[in-house]
Amino acid sequence: MNKFLSCTEAVEMIPDGASIMIGGFMGVGSPHRMIAEMVRQGRKDLTIIANDTGTTGFGIGQLVAAKRIRKLIASHIGLNPETQRQVIAGEMDAELCPQGTLAERIRAGGFGLGGVLTPTGLGTVVAEGKQVIDIDGHKFLLEKPLTADFALIAAHRSDYRGNLEYSLTARNFNVVMATAGRTVIAEPEHIVPTGGIPPDAVATPFVCVHHIVGRV
Amino acid sequence: MDDKVLIARRVARELKDGSLVNLGIGLPTMVPRYLPPGIEVYFQSENGIIGMAPVPGAGMEEPSLTDAGGGFVGAIPGAASIDSCLSFGLIRGGHLDLTILGGLEVDEQGCLANWTVPGKMLPGMGGAMDLVTGAKRVIVAMSHTAKGKPKILKRCTLPLTSVRRVNLIVTEMAVIEPTEEGLVLREIAPGLSIERVVAATEAKLIVSAHIPEMALGPDTM
Repeated sequence: MNKFLSCTEAVEMIPDGASIMIGGFMGVGSPHRMIAEMVRQGRKDLTIIANDTGTTGFGIGQLVAAKRIRKLIASHIGLNPETQRQVIAGEMDAELCPQGTLAERIRAGGFGLGGVLTPTGLGTVVAEGKQVIDIDGHKFLLEKPLTADFALIAAHRSDYRGNLEYSLTARNFNVVMATAGRTVIAEPEHIVPTGGIPPDAVATPFVCVHHIVGRV
Repeated sequence: MDDKVLIARRVARELKDGSLVNLGIGLPTMVPRYLPPGIEVYFQSENGIIGMAPVPGAGMEEPSLTDAGGGFVGAIPGAASIDSCLSFGLIRGGHLDLTILGGLEVDEQGCLANWTVPGKMLPGMGGAMDLVTGAKRVIVAMSHTAKGKPKILKRCTLPLTSVRRVNLIVTEMAVIEPTEEGLVLREIAPGLSIERVVAATEAKLIVSAHIPEMALGPDTM
């Protein structure tokens, strides 16, 4: 089965108003070609789930600068003043979520779990409106799972099937997001023949990846 | 001595050999410069590496090897790259020995506020809430006052980062240990009187008869 698409074709699958998980941490390990193509094709009213929004005009910051995000679920927007400006001005709806909780909510979504019980956020504004559950005398906050229409993943290498290998800190949220998108599109830096990534080095197995963005 | 250097040198004495440490942005990143000799610690960066080190030399930056602020770093031999779930599993799961963070306010219960100033600053909490809730030991490294106003208060006015009691507060004036009984003044900076520390602190300090002077890590700069 050939999963390869051009970057243009990949982004054409994404409708306006879609919910999209985007891998990366301050733009490191983000699918930069697909982000730029979404801006070019005029995708708008997006719900973006990501750790952060990069910096001004970089990484997810490109979508922010072009005002394409309607709703954002993220842990940190401190290094992108334009995101903060749009949120404070009411142009973008933002749900800020502790980073570890965000990762686990995505994992719950991708792993078929009904939620996450975490001590993080108890007694703070994060806990407002959420259920507190007592387990053997310890209190935990119930955080609900996250899934998305699409997950856009950046990988160091993909083989022809879509097995993915990551590089150093570019791994970050990509691994877990590849389990939680209803359609998962990988953007690898390099494409190698199947078998070129040893089984022990595969961090995302090919069964999670629906499409691969080719080099052209 | 510069206030930040004083704080970093005092905090450096808290690092234990063989421990896993996560440093917040700003002042905490100065601490490794003043490590006592013979102490080896391992730095975690929550974006996904254990064994973070400085970039070894000019031109050796790698776009896929960065810290949580997106700045270039290096790695020690034996470093491991980890994904975000494992990174925060280590933080929440009791595998992280120490986190050193900056602070905006700390209250009499030892609770820290350091992630937002409503209406002015909306950075998001990033990993701060997980770190303060989950690390085995939390040290707050911060200036004692801001524009002359105390930052160690009876009650925090800013939204809390966690309701967990931090383990130690180190400022340019004092070392304070939050306990069940309250904030205990443990050490004061060279040349300061106890009265000046108390006057610069809104929260009640528990002061014993003898308060030693701060001992500092080596001056390596």
